[in-house]
Amino acid sequence: MGEIFTLALLFSSLRLATPLIFAALGGLFSERSGVINIALEGLMLAGAFTAAVVTYQVGDPYIGVAAGVAAGAFLAFIYAVACIKFEADQVVAGMAINFLMIGLPALISGAIYDSSGSTPQIDKILQLPDFYNRISIATIVALALVPICWWIMYKTPFGLRIRATGEHPEAAETAGVNVIRLRYIAVTISGVLAGLGGAYLSIGQSSLFTRNMTAGRGFIALAALILAKWRPVPVLGACLFFGLTEALSIQIQGASWAKIGGEEIPVQFIQIIPYLLTIIVLAGFIGLSRAPKALGIPYSKED
Amino acid sequence: MKILKEIFWPLVAVVAAFIVGGIVILMLGDNPIEAYRLLLSSSFGSLRDVGWMLHYATPLIFTGLAVAVALRCGLLNIGAEGQLYVAAFAAAWVGIKFGGTIVTVGTDKQDWSWGTLPAILLVPMCIAAAIIAGAVWGGIPGVLKAKFGSHEVINTIMLNFIGIALVSYFTQYYYKIPGDPILQTAPIGENATIPQLSSFIPGLPADVPLNVAFLLAILACIAVYIFLWKTKWGYELRAVGQNPSAAEYGGISPKKQIILAMTISGALAGMVGIGEVLGTRHNFYNGFSAEWGFLGIAVALLGRNHPLGVFVAALFFGVLLRGEIFVDAFTSKVSKDLGWVLQAIIILFVACLQKYSRK
Repeated sequence: MGEIFTLALLFSSLRLATPLIFAALGGLFSERSGVINIALEGLMLAGAFTAAVVTYQVGDPYIGVAAGVAAGAFLAFIYAVACIKFEADQVVAGMAINFLMIGLPALISGAIYDSSGSTPQIDKILQLPDFYNRISIATIVALALVPICWWIMYKTPFGLRIRATGEHPEAAETAGVNVIRLRYIAVTISGVLAGLGGAYLSIGQSSLFTRNMTAGRGFIALAALILAKWRPVPVLGACLFFGLTEALSIQIQGASWAKIGGEEIPVQFIQIIPYLLTIIVLAGFIGLSRAPKALGIPYSKED
Repeated sequence: MKILKEIFWPLVAVVAAFIVGGIVILMLGDNPIEAYRLLLSSSFGSLRDVGWMLHYATPLIFTGLAVAVALRCGLLNIGAEGQLYVAAFAAAWVGIKFGGTIVTVGTDKQDWSWGTLPAILLVPMCIAAAIIAGAVWGGIPGVLKAKFGSHEVINTIMLNFIGIALVSYFTQYYYKIPGDPILQTAPIGENATIPQLSSFIPGLPADVPLNVAFLLAILACIAVYIFLWKTKWGYELRAVGQNPSAAEYGGISPKKQIILAMTISGALAGMVGIGEVLGTRHNFYNGFSAEWGFLGIAVALLGRNHPLGVFVAALFFGVLLRGEIFVDAFTSKVSKDLGWVLQAIIILFVACLQKYSRK
């Protein structure tokens, strides 16, 4: 058993948890303000694609990251307009954003690079740097963001307003909060953070964008958010745990320790842990996971 | 007049999506009119074109109906994708176990089946397996919602991943022919297959995989209509969807209806497995669905959650799926992903316009 928990596994878990931390913290802002964010997957893809294209064209990963963040924020703003201005069903609009980001990057890369689905390879020197070849700069930023988000959410008036808006928008409005504006800001922040997570995926963890490269990470981030009961510090814990399960499911293949009674442990059994856990937590078997009260309910002043 | 009102907003959404899509095509450096001509006309040139279009539409009729039934009860089933995977595997499992599947491993011939049943028994058994498996996988989030109040959207998303992982496990470890590089099961027995429509319709080429499942899809539309509007249970289901507390006050149990709606929804999604496994591929292939479960959401929304609307919307998406292949081949810049983009924008617009169509 000692072989399992090596330093390599720890670093691998951190690396795999990084995009999840960004996206889940993004989801935290949106959902705490009362807007469901099923669109995290699409927002990450927007960040990943834009970062890869801009880094390749301009030759600077930080401009690439900035572009990825801008793309995530822009798409999140469109999502916010649909959910807030048009009072669209948030889940349906979110799925539309996810679909769009499966098709649009492929359509654009097909036209620019004549390869439907992936962007050209980016040189190693243009990727986001790692410290000691182990820890990415993005991982450090992600870890630093956790206390910052906690501080914003619990220690600033802005955070208080977000939480109030998600729990009881009418009361917040009466207390002088501009609920509509606050929700726009919160959803856009979720695009910024999810875009960061996506940018790390394409120009940090790998060296190009491939079609649908998030492969469900947006949903895993959402699961982490639920598991963490919509709180920043537990979000970190949930993301690290999900990063560990992913790292394990990569290392398990062909590993000698991964055998029970001579039979190897099927990788699928480890992959489903995050999803299964989310269902169990939602059902209330491990403490009650209570969503913000106004989550998913459009707010209109006339009512 | 009523029908005009029903189709007005979906039509607005489609036209608006095509305008936005046209701008995207222009920006990519191609001619939108030519792209759209290819997209929309490639389904009607010949009987072959129509056959392919209907083939693409068939799974979407089932998933569209699945989403529509759940939505009529006020539930959003994002889990059709997982439900149809589990169902397709179940159908293939029955088709292998009772279809006399013989597998050659190296030089060794292995009998993977428990026996060989005649088609008249085996086909209904495979169909039942698909329906039951889909119903169970859809019913679980229904029960979780009714018993614990946990949100069906999250649970269906999670069950998608779990369902797809589980069937990939069973395929990989138990039902894949050793050495096959593709993650797919051994073929089902011949007695488990259902015929292609080309064997009945003169002039329809045999390479068109359109099969009996399309007729089942039409029957499913009719059955859903009768259930929702002509039966007591259907009435109760819709009553819960319109106003759960009023329905409860009127003596209807919302919990029972939630479980019922999700179970039926899952069963309908599971029926996708019939056409794909028994009709087209004759095995279970991990990756057979082109996100049909998710497209079902678009089909249901565009079809206003009505079986007839779902049917028409599914055909429309069939046209897009057929046409995007030709757009890919015959334009210089636009790839087949145009279909995805249009579908996404249509869903977004339908969702945004719903506020107005309720008035």
